[in-house]
Amino acid sequence: MLTFIARRCLFMVPTLVAISLVAFAIIQLPPGDYLTTMVSRLESEGQSVDQAMLDGLRERYGLGQPLHEQYLKWISGILLHGDFGQSFEYGTSVAGLIGDRLPLSILLTVTTLLATWIMAFPVGLYSAVRQYSAGDYIATTLGFLGLAIPNFMIALGLMYVMHTVFGYSVGGLFSPEFRDAAWSLAKVGDLMAHLWIPMVVLGTAGTAGLIRILRANLLDEVRKPYVMAARARGVPERRLVLKYPLRVAMNPFVSTVGWVLPALISGEVIVASVLNLPTTGPLLLGALQSQDMYLAGSIILVVSVLTVIGTLLSDILLAWLDPRVRLGYR
Amino acid sequence: MAHTTAGTDAATATDSGPATDTDAGTDSVTGGETAARGDDRWSSASQRRLVWWKFRQHKLAMAGLVVTGLVYLIALFADVIAPFGTSTFDAEYTYAPPQRIHVDWGEGLYVHGYTSTVDEETLQLSFEIDETQRIELGLFVKGEEYELFGLIPWDRHLIGPVDPDEPMYLMGGTRTGHDLFSRIVHGTRVSMTIGLVGVAMAFVLGVVLGGVSGYFGGRTDMAIQRLVEFFMSLPSIPLWLGLAAALPPGWGPMQRYFAITTILAVIAWTDLARVVRGRFLSLRNEEFVTAALLDGCSRPRVIFRHMLPSFSSHLIASVTLSIPAMILAETSLSFLGLGLQAPAVSWGVLLQDAQNVRVLSTAPWLMLPGLCVIITVLALNFVGDGLRDAADPYKR
Repeated sequence: MLTFIARRCLFMVPTLVAISLVAFAIIQLPPGDYLTTMVSRLESEGQSVDQAMLDGLRERYGLGQPLHEQYLKWISGILLHGDFGQSFEYGTSVAGLIGDRLPLSILLTVTTLLATWIMAFPVGLYSAVRQYSAGDYIATTLGFLGLAIPNFMIALGLMYVMHTVFGYSVGGLFSPEFRDAAWSLAKVGDLMAHLWIPMVVLGTAGTAGLIRILRANLLDEVRKPYVMAARARGVPERRLVLKYPLRVAMNPFVSTVGWVLPALISGEVIVASVLNLPTTGPLLLGALQSQDMYLAGSIILVVSVLTVIGTLLSDILLAWLDPRVRLGYR
Repeated sequence: MAHTTAGTDAATATDSGPATDTDAGTDSVTGGETAARGDDRWSSASQRRLVWWKFRQHKLAMAGLVVTGLVYLIALFADVIAPFGTSTFDAEYTYAPPQRIHVDWGEGLYVHGYTSTVDEETLQLSFEIDETQRIELGLFVKGEEYELFGLIPWDRHLIGPVDPDEPMYLMGGTRTGHDLFSRIVHGTRVSMTIGLVGVAMAFVLGVVLGGVSGYFGGRTDMAIQRLVEFFMSLPSIPLWLGLAAALPPGWGPMQRYFAITTILAVIAWTDLARVVRGRFLSLRNEEFVTAALLDGCSRPRVIFRHMLPSFSSHLIASVTLSIPAMILAETSLSFLGLGLQAPAVSWGVLLQDAQNVRVLSTAPWLMLPGLCVIITVLALNFVGDGLRDAADPYKR
């Protein structure tokens, strides 16, 4: 098991390096560098440009030096000092901006993932055990719809219905009175009251996919000879399904985290922008629209790295659950 | 059109098709007279026919195929079907509500006109459908000139007001006073072709890299697999956004269109590569491949003449399933304002207007382009599912 974890971590290193290269490329892609953008911005606002400050910044980011040196300077700043650079849109450090919003993003993603599991499990189980029943058809149809409707359409539809029918405005994660308040039990309660909407919106596609996979796997599994043998010996039907086939069919719950997680984080950008949530998604969108590239690149970097770590955790969990995975890696 | 051919085929197939499909391959000896008749049909039919027969049993997939066909027809004849061009608008009718088409058997089609009132305080325009006004509609009426397929100059529109200056907003008006129906029809073009063009690019990348990976195995496989895993582990939308935001703002709609398609394809090829690799790996040790190699066939010949055809139906299924994903991706990007931009019309661009709840509550019809996306994606998913089930017609 330890060798498995060690190998898996080792495999992760090139991925992480590649991610940092992509993020760096995104920072570099727009024409002009950080300083020219900043100078033109300051000049358009009629402010004078302080040459000494410019030189300091140029030194700090290694601008004007070859690309690989800039990259080394950038990445070592992040790794050694946690310095992601400066956001010229907000005028503060990128690390602080991300730090403010990341916890809520992580909270939203993790709770959505859990909600996906909790919703998909009973429905998928029912769908497979009662194949071709009315409930199965309803679940399958809903599953198809869930996969076909873009996240943001669900969000828009929900907002529209809530607004016109209930006169209740959806959006944000906190009620106005709690927005700037310190953390308290009441604030947590308020967060929970708001969190379910983005959770439902984000979780639909993942739940739909998971239901389909669980159903298909369980159907394959219950047709196997060992199930028939157990049935022939008079094992009660309920125990028959729950004892072994379900366990095997449960694997995708963990193994699909690898693609559900990136999908959730992707969806979060759009849904959070529509619902106006204080997470990293709208921050990224705003940064890209105003070409605030250090902020945008850093968000992409952090979010991607977290995704890869999440996938790693799910792989380790899967290896722990299923010896075949563990052995297959040798 | 698709219906009639399906109908005649169905009539000939019902007597033998489904009844024998479970035991077609095995029982030429044990089967009775009826089975033998079916057997003939099955054993002499080409692979393509077998796949088609199997596909046709999937009712939802057939329905999906019809809908998909219709949507592509709309895209092809967008200029004729849309009552107005993309740049026509009337600022007097911003957010005009949709009109219902009435049929008067004596005089033909008509819609009611509008009376508009301006709110004294907010200066907001609001419209009432005025039942006393009648705007005559006609089929194939004269309207704006356009060039059909970019070649044939024509000025007829499938439906439109007889007097081109009268307002007709079948699906309501937009913020700028464009006719939403016309814009949705025009948007079909971009939204539907971006799926095709993007998938075509992803297909080339996926087949080449997946094929190389599966055929050669070893270190090459290892390297390409790592690359695929890398792309799959990244959250795609932030990456798309990052790349799309880097496009020079001065680019015209055409350049942007191809750039966005390329960006989508660069990230979407991994699924196809995995399918192709898996198939290659399982086929590599088949006897017919060894036989072809021993016969002295060159490698490209073995790959393209012997291996590729035997899983082309699986490939088509995967391609069909990746088109809707591409359409959704474009819609999301454009919706966020980083995909295609204003002079270009796509469903995602149209949905940009629908971002605000306050706007939506006064003009809910702005969500209609989203409905088009859902219907199309659903139809394509059904077709893809049907194809996947039918891809291996010998199975059961």
